Amino acid sequence: MTAPILEATRIVAGYEPGLPIVRGASIAAKAGEITAILGPNGAGKSTLIKAIAGLVLVSSGKITLADADITETPAHQHIRQGLAFVPQTENVFAGMSVEENLKIAVHILPKAARADRLEKTFALFPDLARQRQLLAGRLSGGQRQMLAAARALVVEPRVLMLDEPSAGLSPKFVASVFAKLVEIRQIGVAIVLVEQNVRAALAIADRAYVLVEGENRHEGTARDLANDPNVAALYFGAHTERAA
Amino acid sequence: MNLQFVADGLAMGAMIGLGAIGLTLTYSILRFANFVHGEFIAWGAYTGLVVANGLIVLSPKSGSFGPFSFGWALLIGLFAAMLCGVALALLVDKFAFKQLRMQSNTIVLVIASFGLSLALRSLLEFFVTSQPAYYSRDIQMAVPLGLGVRVTPDQLLVLALAAGLLVVVHVILTRTHAGRAMRAFSENPLLAEVAGIDGAAVVRMTWALGGALAAASGVMLGITVQIRPTMGFDMLLPLFAAAILGGIGSVPGAVMGGLIIGLAEAGGVQLFGGSYRAAVAFLILIAVLLVRPNGLFGRRP
Amino acid sequence: MILDIFAYGTFFLATALTYAIVCLGLNLQWGQTGLFNVGVAGFVAIGAYTSALLTTPATPGRFGGYGLPIAVGWILAIVVAAAASWCVGKITLRLRADYLAITTFGVAVVIQLVALNAEPLTGGPFGIGFIPRPFASLAEQVALYDVLHLLLVAAVLAAVYLVLERLAGSPWGRVLGAIREDEEAAVSLGKDANGFRLQAFVLGGAIMGLAGAIQAHFIGFIAPENYLPALTFQVWAMLIIGGSGNNRGAILGAILVWGLWSFSGAAIGSLVPADFQARAATLRIVVVGLALVSILLWRPRGLLPE
Repeated sequence: MTAPILEATRIVAGYEPGLPIVRGASIAAKAGEITAILGPNGAGKSTLIKAIAGLVLVSSGKITLADADITETPAHQHIRQGLAFVPQTENVFAGMSVEENLKIAVHILPKAARADRLEKTFALFPDLARQRQLLAGRLSGGQRQMLAAARALVVEPRVLMLDEPSAGLSPKFVASVFAKLVEIRQIGVAIVLVEQNVRAALAIADRAYVLVEGENRHEGTARDLANDPNVAALYFGAHTERAA
Repeated sequence: MNLQFVADGLAMGAMIGLGAIGLTLTYSILRFANFVHGEFIAWGAYTGLVVANGLIVLSPKSGSFGPFSFGWALLIGLFAAMLCGVALALLVDKFAFKQLRMQSNTIVLVIASFGLSLALRSLLEFFVTSQPAYYSRDIQMAVPLGLGVRVTPDQLLVLALAAGLLVVVHVILTRTHAGRAMRAFSENPLLAEVAGIDGAAVVRMTWALGGALAAASGVMLGITVQIRPTMGFDMLLPLFAAAILGGIGSVPGAVMGGLIIGLAEAGGVQLFGGSYRAAVAFLILIAVLLVRPNGLFGRRP
Repeated sequence: MILDIFAYGTFFLATALTYAIVCLGLNLQWGQTGLFNVGVAGFVAIGAYTSALLTTPATPGRFGGYGLPIAVGWILAIVVAAAASWCVGKITLRLRADYLAITTFGVAVVIQLVALNAEPLTGGPFGIGFIPRPFASLAEQVALYDVLHLLLVAAVLAAVYLVLERLAGSPWGRVLGAIREDEEAAVSLGKDANGFRLQAFVLGGAIMGLAGAIQAHFIGFIAPENYLPALTFQVWAMLIIGGSGNNRGAILGAILVWGLWSFSGAAIGSLVPADFQARAATLRIVVVGLALVSILLWRPRGLLPE
């Protein structure tokens, strides 16, 4: 058993002081694994990874990355420590070309390493390599998600966190985005995935956490959770609620 | 009407455009209408005046270049003015806006900038009095260009200088990391932070670039028109009109907007006389806001 | 000596209370409705010029000069300022707050241009003189005249204050507050947000026009340089320092800031050599600006918060 590379312990976080949305949730993620964070609407999943990314105020709890405490680190320093985050929407610079999107991100690396990393990333995303000069705003929805992931991966992070990469995509694109995540896992990156699409997420995840009202409700291997009737009840319950 | 207004309008428009670049950048990155921007123009013009006059006193023989009304002294003055613009912009941010940004809403920032611009102008007037000043009192002969258009050598040089600065700005914004970071931050500050861009550094760079360009346009205004403490304040409406016409956040838009405003003002002056020059920019501003509030090159609503 | 202080005190208060009326108008627009007017000086100027043109004796080569009674001048000052506010508001109120700021700023600049250049209408740079004063028959007895004038201004201020307080507590006032806090919710309740905004903007502009007229008849002459952007800034400083959203705060702010302005003027007068005073006088705006920034940092909601 390897130790987790990213650990968030008893996190309390929210947008306004005194109104926490995440209330003591904890997660851990290991290198070479996909960790899914699931739960009904309003469970605090997105707020939790935004808090880990440094974008939401953390009022208590501790976040460590490879044993270094990053709870107080400003957001723009996270990527330098190897923690990359892909927001759910507006996750590319639409007014800049595909290449410029990556150039901005790769700049934190030493000068000698940049060109090489850029080409390696394009090799991983051949679709993007064909459209280097295209404005990111002109990409299709699926390709935007790819560019957003590429922007995060170009600096070889140790942890890649994605907020609902499947949102707004057609099933075909969801499949290709998730297939790409499986490919990225093989490089040894720890992937943390927040998803509404429970079935698709459990299909590729190794471990998963189910959050309800800002707290951990269930956790375990993806296979166990996929077969857990309680999780299914939450999942279908959420769907019935949404349909109503 | 003859085509003279084209030449005058382009020269004026280039200076409005230079000033509007900084305004549009600070507007899109800091997200408030900054009335202080005009003062960078006036302070820049006077810094140029003080430095150039000082150099001429030290070395009276320096003279002027060929057909132009000024020489090395004013070029060094221009450089000093741009430095002053950078310093003033950074000081204003550090001691006023940085504090207010953290605890107040946009409106308070706008009113504070309005007050600060009046205060800076009063301070300038205190030092230099309200009398107009000139870099050179020589009368320049205008050269006929054909089609009834006459320009002074100074006007041509100002146009060339403005074009040169625009190229520099374009290179900075598209070819350097600092420029890309500024564009990225103006488009999406949250994503920029996530991508490792230090927002505070971007804000400082934006102020510095805007201050330098505004000061440069102040020196050029001083060369072709005259230097007064209110010159920056009088430029505010044209600057805002140019920035909004071009689309907030768009640098090419600000330049285009500046040229259009400059041409319209010059045309208006030719038709109706100079008294209502400032009203031209205002009318264009209103028209743009009503018809196309995102401007010619605006990105989003 | 005591008489001097008394005379100065009444003069000071009369001016401060006139500012307080302007400040109440701005409070209705900004404090209660959230409309960002950076052209206050323009609306004050419209009121002053309207009343002055109608009540002065005929002047060759200039419009107006009908010698109408002062009361008629004031009423028409209100009407014309309201009409001008309606035109400006109709065009600009649907714009974003900071665009509204820029356009109202532009409006004030254009009004200033007209005042300066349209000589047949406004008297140009020299302005308009011989504006009749209320209680003119008592002008010989300066002290009594000033006291009566102060009472008149105070009465107008009290009336405006009472009307505004009444309105603020009325259903109309509550709708304004609702629109300012959450426009979408107010609109979803069937409120025509822009209609209410326009009403508040027009009423506020009318109040500013009235104050402009009162001031013009108190001083006896007006000129374009009375209505520079510095006036707008003073009124904003008064409102923010006093406490925007609070009518009593607006009045308190007006008295305090006018006090600061006069005091710094007097200080410059006594500390600075005579041939330097005109230059040093420009520094007063720096003093007010510093006061404003300190209040914003130390007590962002003003001395009497809403």
